Amino acid sequence: MYKKIMVPVDLAHFDVIEPSLQVAADQAKHYGAEVCYVAVTATTPSSVAHNPEEYQQKLEAFAQERAKVHGQPVSARVITCPDPIADLDDVLIDAIDEVGADLVIMPTHPPKHLDVVIPSHGGKVATHTKASVFLVRPLQD
Amino acid sequence: MTNNHKAPEAAAPSEGIPAPEGPANLIDTDYVIGQDNITASPLGINLDLHGKVFTFSSLVILFFVIVTLALQDQVEPIFNAMFSFLTGNLAWFFLLAANIFVVLSIVLIFTPLAKVRIGGAHATPDFSYLGWFSMLFAAGMGIGLMFYGVSEPITHFDTAIGGTAMEDGVRTDWSPLGAAAGNQEGAISLGMAATIFHWGLHPWGIYAVVALALALFSYNKGLPLTMRSIFYPILGERIWGWPGHVIDILAVFATLFGLATSLGLGATQATAGLGYLFGVPATNTTMVLLIMGITAVALGSVVLGVEKGVQRLSQFNMILAALLLLFVIAVGPTLMIATGFFENLLSYAVNLPALSNPFGREDANFSQGWTAFYWAWWIAWSPFVGMFIARVSRGRTVREFLIAVLLVPSIVSVLWMTSFGGTAIDQAVNQGFDGVREAALELQLFQMLGQLPLTAITSFVAIVLVMVFFITSSDSGSLVIDSITAGGKVDAPKPQRIFWAIIEGAVAIALLLGGGLTALQTAVITTGLPFTLVLLAACYAIVKGLMSEPRSA
Repeated sequence: MYKKIMVPVDLAHFDVIEPSLQVAADQAKHYGAEVCYVAVTATTPSSVAHNPEEYQQKLEAFAQERAKVHGQPVSARVITCPDPIADLDDVLIDAIDEVGADLVIMPTHPPKHLDVVIPSHGGKVATHTKASVFLVRPLQD
Repeated sequence: MTNNHKAPEAAAPSEGIPAPEGPANLIDTDYVIGQDNITASPLGINLDLHGKVFTFSSLVILFFVIVTLALQDQVEPIFNAMFSFLTGNLAWFFLLAANIFVVLSIVLIFTPLAKVRIGGAHATPDFSYLGWFSMLFAAGMGIGLMFYGVSEPITHFDTAIGGTAMEDGVRTDWSPLGAAAGNQEGAISLGMAATIFHWGLHPWGIYAVVALALALFSYNKGLPLTMRSIFYPILGERIWGWPGHVIDILAVFATLFGLATSLGLGATQATAGLGYLFGVPATNTTMVLLIMGITAVALGSVVLGVEKGVQRLSQFNMILAALLLLFVIAVGPTLMIATGFFENLLSYAVNLPALSNPFGREDANFSQGWTAFYWAWWIAWSPFVGMFIARVSRGRTVREFLIAVLLVPSIVSVLWMTSFGGTAIDQAVNQGFDGVREAALELQLFQMLGQLPLTAITSFVAIVLVMVFFITSSDSGSLVIDSITAGGKVDAPKPQRIFWAIIEGAVAIALLLGGGLTALQTAVITTGLPFTLVLLAACYAIVKGLMSEPRSA
């Protein structure tokens, strides 16, 4: 049903993306889909990498690690923009078409009052794309 | 505008992370950006802050606001004494340092080092030339040009034509150099040269040095985008400890109070303009409402981010400013402005050596009260403007960068000052209109526009320009402070930049109502001294850093 799954990741926050990675792996196996890991970063040095090229290398290494888990083909793409915090949604929405994904699996937080001022990225992406979007909440325990 | 880094066909090795084969020369440090940061989510609001820098700068800000408000009468003389000591006894230091910055920037343009590309040899610019240039200008001096574009040329012209005055062997006049007593042509030429001197190569040289050093050590060397990174060649790994914290806290302090005081002064000019145009009473209430309005718009824009917020507003303002400039040139004394542009440029070149000479000056009032004051002011602003310029300049070569940051804005300043100041001088000299000369500083622009057609429209445009320049300053300031207090992260959670934008407005209101603005402005300029040392260190760091970079063909 799905051919290519886009999974937005932030290598600086593994705890946040963990649940969606698991879902993505299961779905990829189920549909035999390719998984494209996408990261959006600023051009300035970050805790993950000194520059976008290094981030790309790390993301590719990460994607290969994930491929060992689910056994599906993977790809990795780092997208830079000057102000990722502000432009994340728009960049991700554009990226869905660029990578040709038909399913997006991304983490999101439970609804909260602050969303009125600063809407969640997942919600914003879901309302602006034709692809299916699977928002993964943090695990409840 | 985003750059896609497409995955190469060949699969990356699955084990370990290879060192970047980037064309830049990274500094090898074990420090991980954000390693000293504290992350928390109180009340569902995510935070990611550098614990020490954020805590101490917040406390310092709180302490200063309380002290300047509560002990106004006691602290004001201290600040004033400190300031007159600095500009009086150390004027030579400011002048000399600024000359070094300008010379370094100009010399670098012509060396092979200028081939180095910011962000590595294959980096591509994030912004178009127009968007980039608009932001440089809006952050750098947009508001100052509105405030001083008319008043400074006319002031220098007035003092110069008044000639020199001696009292007990000390010059008491404020005219530049040897003045031009009674000589109208000479006074115009000297006045314009002095004004352009303060708004031309030197301020932009100061910004260029800070911005280039920051950009180089962040984009090419891989250090976090904060002031402390400049010191790596000198302090080494110690910049991650307290020496680095102190530099960053100072930068936050200068940025926040520089912004808050300017926000207060800008509110004064906008209120004066509204009063002149619509008869709005120039009361504290009006000013507080204005600051709140400006802050509200700034909040919206800061949430939208650099590309959709600051860039768009800056471009809007550039277009508006260009229209106003063209209007003044067209309906003002067009021919005089056209010839004046080249005459003033020449006069600037002729007087530059004498004006920038740090030693043995006879015009102490001018060189200390005007020039040293300006240099301290530009230097105090440089962490803010420099950091913002650095952030938007990735992908440019050093040569492109220096030409765009140094030469182009200087030329624009010359044109602006010639048009606005020249028109006002023309009104005073040739048309016998004394309205500008006699008006209060914040009203002089409106008085000048009042003598031209379509006054209501142009004055309104001028007020809008003042306000939007403040919004862009407030925006870029919040981004800069947020990045410093987040240990160099530019992707810290959004609520933090909202917090800083609100704090700027709140501090401005508190100081405006409490009357502490002038005292604090003095305090901000006092931070110019330590920052001059920072900038001198930056010069060394730039040369050292550029030497170790690969140069693009």
